[in-house]
Amino acid sequence: MSLATNPISTPANSWTIAANFIQETRALTKRLFIQLIRRPSTLIAGLVQPLMWLILFGALFQNAPEGFLGTSGQYQKFLGAGVIVFTAFGGALNAGLPVMFDREFGFLNRLLMAPLVSRSSIVFASAIFIMALSLLQTVAIMTTIALLGAGVPNILGVLLIISIVMVLVLAVTSLSLALAFSLKGHVELIAVILVTNLPLLFASTALAPISFMPTWLQWIALVNPLSYAIEPIRYIYQHSDWTLGSTVLNAPWGDVSMVACVGILSFFAAFSLWAIQPLLKRSLS
Amino acid sequence: MTVTANITPDNPAVVLSSEGLDNPTGQIKPDSPQAQAAIVIQDLKKSYGAIEAVKNVSLSVQPGEIFGLLGPNGTGKTTTLRCLCTLTQPDSGVLEVFGISVVQNPSAVRQCLGYVAQEVALDKMMTGRELLEMHADLYHLSKAQSLDRIQSVLKTLNLEEYADRLVKTYSGGLQKRLDLAAGLLHNPKILVLDEPTAGLDIESRQIMWQLIRQLRQSGTTILITSHYLEEIDALADRVAILDRGNVIACGTPQELKTAVGGDRVTVRIREFTSFEEATIARDALLKLSVVKSITINEMQGNSLNLVVAAQSDVLALVQAQLENLSLPIFGIARSQPSLEDVYLSVTGQCLNERLN
Repeated sequence: MSLATNPISTPANSWTIAANFIQETRALTKRLFIQLIRRPSTLIAGLVQPLMWLILFGALFQNAPEGFLGTSGQYQKFLGAGVIVFTAFGGALNAGLPVMFDREFGFLNRLLMAPLVSRSSIVFASAIFIMALSLLQTVAIMTTIALLGAGVPNILGVLLIISIVMVLVLAVTSLSLALAFSLKGHVELIAVILVTNLPLLFASTALAPISFMPTWLQWIALVNPLSYAIEPIRYIYQHSDWTLGSTVLNAPWGDVSMVACVGILSFFAAFSLWAIQPLLKRSLS
Repeated sequence: MTVTANITPDNPAVVLSSEGLDNPTGQIKPDSPQAQAAIVIQDLKKSYGAIEAVKNVSLSVQPGEIFGLLGPNGTGKTTTLRCLCTLTQPDSGVLEVFGISVVQNPSAVRQCLGYVAQEVALDKMMTGRELLEMHADLYHLSKAQSLDRIQSVLKTLNLEEYADRLVKTYSGGLQKRLDLAAGLLHNPKILVLDEPTAGLDIESRQIMWQLIRQLRQSGTTILITSHYLEEIDALADRVAILDRGNVIACGTPQELKTAVGGDRVTVRIREFTSFEEATIARDALLKLSVVKSITINEMQGNSLNLVVAAQSDVLALVQAQLENLSLPIFGIARSQPSLEDVYLSVTGQCLNERLN
């Protein structure tokens, strides 16, 4: 073996930089998928849990009076949107855990010692992985809902649902990664996840329409980004004639359209990505 | 207390002081002809809150040499390495790698460095080969380079037969070797090893020593920390002893040992001597003019470690003095000063005591 040392690399042009960034992001993403395949329990749990939500909650309201939700149709059709969003949200919220474990086991230091074009490739890889996983879960839930008789939206509807889920996942993943870089250890991160997860579910429109809630809870639900992901998806499921201008949410201050919900959600994602930049810069510079 | 200080124009790097000196390492000035040192650390300081992990560390490492950092836990070795390896921002001081500022141009520095931390940093769900492939991508090696380098490091570290097994099935020694393989993938000009053989079996340690020497022969500069004095003695061209965040001695192992001066005599009255009996023997032996100092080593059953004048009849004089007290002699041995003696001289404590 030749152990002769390499000279220091010369500065690269922008194409090389882009190619190197793709190479390092791909390598880090591949690692996460290898972990998933070798430890499939995470994937199985991620697929089984939403199905249990659907079946158990669906059964819970099986004998509820027809039309109690204010609209006709099965509770599964109503609940499906909540389960899709809540599952994606839960997965994204956990995105910081592998990074936290890498920090604790010293593996992150090894990654940070590599001459990465940008250390944001570590964040990108996590985001790509969680988005892919969420996509798989979303498709699985949509298939199950269809099998339970709730139907399948048209192709544009499916694409919009997936887009909404991806925007939400991007936002929450970035926040979770920020927590992974800023909190002391995995115990603290898990505590934050536990405190955040279920309260945000119950303080959203996932399980019941906003009209069921007392006013104070309505206001909480309306500052909860999950509601702005759930309502458009629910509307697409319940109205085959949906348009971007359709009113999907009746807030105390007025009606919120489909496009407004997507806009609010996109703003939330953009704000999250912007807000974590100083933290990532400090942790990864 | 200054124990010994033999600083001459020919030997500027040898300084032994328990109090630290202004220029303990004969440090290189930036404008000196030696400015092309592989590593220059000057006046490095780093605190974590109220804890001063590194108070004032200055040293320089020449290209192609093995430089050892010696000291017990908590003396600032790892923090110094982390600052050098761009993992921790220093509070103040100069850190340069081949003239490149670590603080101002960390990315260029990372291309020159391979860092293998004290704790193995591996993904146990991957195979050894998958892990190395990932590291090759992080160092932006081409497919062909990657294949070639992976094959090469696997062969060098005797890991070929384990390459396609999951890392979680590796023994501790194999994991350490794989960790080192990952650090060597990009042919770094400088290899930084933090306690590379801690807890390793004999075979893995031998492989590690062989590789470190091989790398030095091929021109790689190596900065190594260790608890094992014999390891530093055997491997390092030069060594710096750190104590409480300061460099308190620096030089070649031979220079340091010569600077300590005198010979060493170890006396064991019994296999396990009582402290009282050891104290009586110590007081009696100190009356001999050839004996300069005596330490009672509790870690070795209260044996007596004597620093004596380098004259031929020392052993006979010591034996006669103990016979006068009617004390038995379980064992007696004379030796040249070791790095342990150097450490004892500059810190007043055995390294093993500090580790425990």
